[in-house]
Amino acid sequence: MNFVALQMLIGDRAKYLGLIFAVAFSTFLMSHQSSIFAGIMNRTTSQIKDIRDANIWVMDPKTQYFDEVKALTDDDVYRVRGVEGVEWAVPLFKGLPRAKAFDGNFRVVIMMGVDDATLVGAPRDMVLGSPEDLRQPNAVLVDRVGYEFFFPKQPYALGKTLELNDHRVTIQGIFNSSAPFQNLPVFYARYSQAMTYVGRERNLLSFVLVKTQPGIGDGEICRRISAATGLHAATASDFGWQTIRYYIAHTGIPVNFGITIAIALVVGTIVAGQTFYIFTLENLKQFGALKAIGVTNWRITGMILQQALMVGAIGYSIGIAMTATFFEVTKANLDLRGFVLFWQIAAGTGAVVLFIVMAASLMSIRRVLVLEPAIVFRG
Amino acid sequence: MTHTVQTMTHPAVVCRRVTKSFGAGENQVRVLRGVDLDVPFGEMTLLVGPSGCGKTTLLSVVAGLLNANSGEVMVLGEDASRMSGGDAVQFRRRNIGFVFQQYNLLPALTAAENAAVPLFAAGVPKKKAVAAASGLLSQLGLGERLHALPSQLSGGQQQRVALARALVHEPRLVVCDEPTSALDHETGNAVMELLTRVAVRPDRAVVVVTHDSRVFQFADRIAHMDDGRIVDTSGAAGLQPAQTMLTQTKLAGVN
Repeated sequence: MNFVALQMLIGDRAKYLGLIFAVAFSTFLMSHQSSIFAGIMNRTTSQIKDIRDANIWVMDPKTQYFDEVKALTDDDVYRVRGVEGVEWAVPLFKGLPRAKAFDGNFRVVIMMGVDDATLVGAPRDMVLGSPEDLRQPNAVLVDRVGYEFFFPKQPYALGKTLELNDHRVTIQGIFNSSAPFQNLPVFYARYSQAMTYVGRERNLLSFVLVKTQPGIGDGEICRRISAATGLHAATASDFGWQTIRYYIAHTGIPVNFGITIAIALVVGTIVAGQTFYIFTLENLKQFGALKAIGVTNWRITGMILQQALMVGAIGYSIGIAMTATFFEVTKANLDLRGFVLFWQIAAGTGAVVLFIVMAASLMSIRRVLVLEPAIVFRG
Repeated sequence: MTHTVQTMTHPAVVCRRVTKSFGAGENQVRVLRGVDLDVPFGEMTLLVGPSGCGKTTLLSVVAGLLNANSGEVMVLGEDASRMSGGDAVQFRRRNIGFVFQQYNLLPALTAAENAAVPLFAAGVPKKKAVAAASGLLSQLGLGERLHALPSQLSGGQQQRVALARALVHEPRLVVCDEPTSALDHETGNAVMELLTRVAVRPDRAVVVVTHDSRVFQFADRIAHMDDGRIVDTSGAAGLQPAQTMLTQTKLAGVN
């Protein structure tokens, strides 16, 4: 009867294609929007992810997320270094100066100031130049977005100059950065230099980066640092999730995406359900004949579920392929970098599609189960 | 299931004082009011009567699609009223073939595949089932139309496919509901001839519900129904022209 079930479905080409389209569209919309949402949330942690040398971030307890920082005192670095289990601790500065090219083009940029001595936190994914080049006078490293903004259509080359808040800086390296949430160019300089590119305040230290000694758990070190200094310490991963949670709780982003995803789910279910039900109604006499001939209710239920699963599988495959293709085609676009189809989203969308087709088939199953086979006599 | 099947010395179907009602209270409609009927093996029995006399309801009860409210219904030696739902479905699948007025073929299956549906339902592999159905369709004159869809077949051809579907699993009882009402005279005759030639066997009974007096000539036995009861049973060969006229008059609803 599996063959019969599939033939009944495929035989009605209009409804078959309509069902597949409904599921494919729903799949595409849900997976695409979920991926964009996840990508945007991921972007809020870009600078945290890009710093791979340290595993613990120390900050003021009032700092809620990466983009808004309450400054620490310079002494805090030494206090953290004094905590047992800390292998080393270095300062990290984050600011938002304005960079200007000599043609007048300007943009606010994310300025990261890394420890002068060790350059811990400097980017590792270099396109041109080396992190060591930060030791040169007035040196900055810029990401590709920044370079292409200030020097459009020009080949990558070192030695070009920009103005950072009335200070001349020289580009000594170009790197690949993870796309930041605000989509601003990212600059790196030595800590001592970076502080001069922003307005002077009493305290400018943003974070202390920590590497733990081997054999001691990250959680234990965080607890020790907090106990010893009163500062908040978190692993890079935890700080990243802390940042994401802030954006989820304090912006309309999740609501907007959530609405779109919910609409895709509801519309997909309704359209698929309606089409399925109409398909069943039009085949009611045939189902009645099958019941009369001796096909059990269980078997007929199985046939309808088989049809639903087939539609779901094909529609899901098409929808996911569309999403994956979109991100593959756009991955070369710098502004869209970092947006990918996460496997968790693909799997989650699959589960939702399974729900959609099961829900869509329920009404049909019920209609056929209550059908009296005797109605096939005299139609 | 351990029910024993009766030998062919006993009727294929035995109904005694069968009643069937629908609805309840003031809205209750008593459709069968104590039906007594025997359907022997090896014969085609017609159920005739005016519209609303209960022919189709009786057919549904005999086929196991409806349960009688009271009375005895023995089908192929089994007490139909004592079968559980699952047993009844299995019994139908193995022992009963159906020919419907509107054919009820699956539009997406070919003629051979439609005829093979009872074998699919019984778990027979597709290739084997379609081969068996194709052989039967060839006997019924559709050997060249095996791969045609129902939409590509005439009414008579579709009814022949339905007939093949009713016979492919070698049932011992075939029930037909108005098999010729959607067909013209010539085609209807052809279908009835096939039904008589292929379906009627010593080990099989055929029951046909019909309005169509042209079909009487094919019957071995005619049971007249009126107002929910069998009022007369006769062998069709024994019907005199006057009696045939009386039968036709009754069908017209004129007493």
